Amino acid sequence: MRILLVEDDAEVGRFVRKGLQEAGHTVEHAQNGRDGLFMAASEGFDLLVLDRMLPGGVDGVRLVETLRTQGNHTPVLFLSALAGVDERVKGLKAGGDDYLVKPFAFAELLARVEALGRRPAVDAPATRLRVADLELDLLSRTVTRGGRKIDIQPREFRLLEHLMRHAGQVVTRTMLLEKVWDYHFDPQTNVIDVHVSRLRQKLDKGFDKPLIHTVRNAGYMIRGEA
Amino acid sequence: MPHSRLRRQHPGPVWRLFSSAGFRFAALFAAVFLLAALAFGSVLWWGTAGALERQTDAAIRADVHALTDRWRDGGAPSVAEAIEERLAVDAEGQTLYLLQDADGARQAGNLAELPRRDGNSAWHSVTLSHEDGPPGEGRLMVVELPDGGRLGVGREVGEKQQLRDLLTEGLAWATGAALVCAIIGAWLMRRALERRLAAASGTAAQIAGGDLSPRVPLSPHDDEFDRLGASMNTMLDRIAQLMDGVRGVSDAIAHDLRHPIARARNGLEEALLDEANDPAALRSAIERGITDLDNVSRVFQAVLRIAEVEHGARRAAFAPLDLALLLADAAELYGASAEAHGQVLETEWPESLPLVGDRDLLLQVLANLLDNAVKFSPPGAVIRVSAAQEEDAVLVRVADQGPGLSVPDRARVGERFFRADAARTTPGSGLGLSLVRAVVQMHGGALWFADAGGPPDHPGLAVLLRLPVSAGTEKPAA
Repeated sequence: MRILLVEDDAEVGRFVRKGLQEAGHTVEHAQNGRDGLFMAASEGFDLLVLDRMLPGGVDGVRLVETLRTQGNHTPVLFLSALAGVDERVKGLKAGGDDYLVKPFAFAELLARVEALGRRPAVDAPATRLRVADLELDLLSRTVTRGGRKIDIQPREFRLLEHLMRHAGQVVTRTMLLEKVWDYHFDPQTNVIDVHVSRLRQKLDKGFDKPLIHTVRNAGYMIRGEA
Repeated sequence: MPHSRLRRQHPGPVWRLFSSAGFRFAALFAAVFLLAALAFGSVLWWGTAGALERQTDAAIRADVHALTDRWRDGGAPSVAEAIEERLAVDAEGQTLYLLQDADGARQAGNLAELPRRDGNSAWHSVTLSHEDGPPGEGRLMVVELPDGGRLGVGREVGEKQQLRDLLTEGLAWATGAALVCAIIGAWLMRRALERRLAAASGTAAQIAGGDLSPRVPLSPHDDEFDRLGASMNTMLDRIAQLMDGVRGVSDAIAHDLRHPIARARNGLEEALLDEANDPAALRSAIERGITDLDNVSRVFQAVLRIAEVEHGARRAAFAPLDLALLLADAAELYGASAEAHGQVLETEWPESLPLVGDRDLLLQVLANLLDNAVKFSPPGAVIRVSAAQEEDAVLVRVADQGPGLSVPDRARVGERFFRADAARTTPGSGLGLSLVRAVVQMHGGALWFADAGGPPDHPGLAVLLRLPVSAGTEKPAA
């Protein structure tokens, strides 16, 4: 992916850039909002990673608002030290697609970057998701593996659907909490782990090949090949 | 400090006196008092001495008119006759007359001569010499007669003059007394003002000196000064409360973050110093360091969130919601955890529990309570979550089968970083119930604790929340 990073803190910028490059992305780095806006408007990027507070008169929110009024719909991920809920809402209202509060784990950032970057522009009207021999039917709300129907609860269905829509990508626990349960809060303990392991038991029971993999220090990933 | 806030200093005591509000009020009071005294004196003067003079003048004028009329009818002899008549009946000798012909010869009257003509004024003051007493004073009106003669008519005014002098003297004394009264009154007023304000300014000075505990003493009068003092005290209470809050948070942060930070630092330092370390050991030391730092930032986040909630900044996110759905979501989220601990989560609530609130924060509350319940209950325990609609509120109860909470501890739960002894060995920051309490208060509700009805040595804890249906109807507790 071609990613534009707009971040004024040199150390954070270097760290994010290096990490994204190691993950196989091309990264352009702008140090202030003015340059960032110029680059974002004149070149094509797959994703923008913006700091909320930027020097140079154009902050992250202004940058996105300007881009959106120009009809530019490149996905935007905000990085911010502003953790207040209002700040988050402001960022998303301005046209941001995701919001990550500093300090963050790089794995979390990478997972969110990849989820945003590969998000289809318009949700494809797929009725069936497939990973290896696992099949999820969105219309009949059923899950089958190797032709055998698996009994699954509604929430587990949504959990599995989210994992399968991002098959081959890391999905973090907070992402699951936000997307599957639709809440923004700190669950104290790893409640998500309990749900994933329950789902995993149901899916893998009677099969040798596990489908849901735990990615150390990051989250989960569903993929077919070992 | 901005320039405009610098106060000019005037060194002289005179300036300080003039710049004192007490002095200005007092001066105003004295001026008004003196003005009133002056008005009173003027009216008195005009009404007595003035009236006497006007009366005399009117009598003289009437006499002159009568005599000139007579002159027109009967000429000088008739006037002379009239004058003689009048002098004859005037027993007190108060009247003065003189009629002169054109040559200045005296025709009739008791005066020796008339004053010389001077300009236009017909009125004259004359000094009368008496054989048997001090000289008197007279007021005289002189008119020219058509034949060139002159007629003078007057009254002796000596006694009236004396009266007037007496009155003048009296008024002068009264004015002096008024001036003294005004000065004393002003001084008393200024002193009273200063004395009433001294309490407030003394308190303010003490507070400016750094001691927040003094309050403005109030008198039983409940007057303007007391009301000012009372509002100052309310303000001071609020400030002290906020200061305590800030101090509490910073103490707590310093205390609770010091340990994980120290741990992270020690671990990393040890890994660095130990030369025998292989890459795998280094790696795990770094990972432990990151975990410690993540904990630090979680605690930090929680403290900030509590502060945010306590400031009521999140009220903006209030919206109508169904608590039954939130309860279901929370039960579903934590039911799995309970199950993993071998516990059972029993739930009971009506189909719908509408109320106005902040969805994410309320879920956080339920999450914190359920997390505690799961954490403190033994395997095989039953955790009961129930909710019921009350008149204008929703009552939520989360009961576990854990060790319970002693009554003294109940009061302290909700203080930041407080952890009961039983909880010291379990993971947690001691911030969960602080946040619960803050959120409940923000919603105008109440939080309290009870035994859950287990055996005496293991009573379990029931946490009860009462959330008003519309958060605006109850004022959040301070």
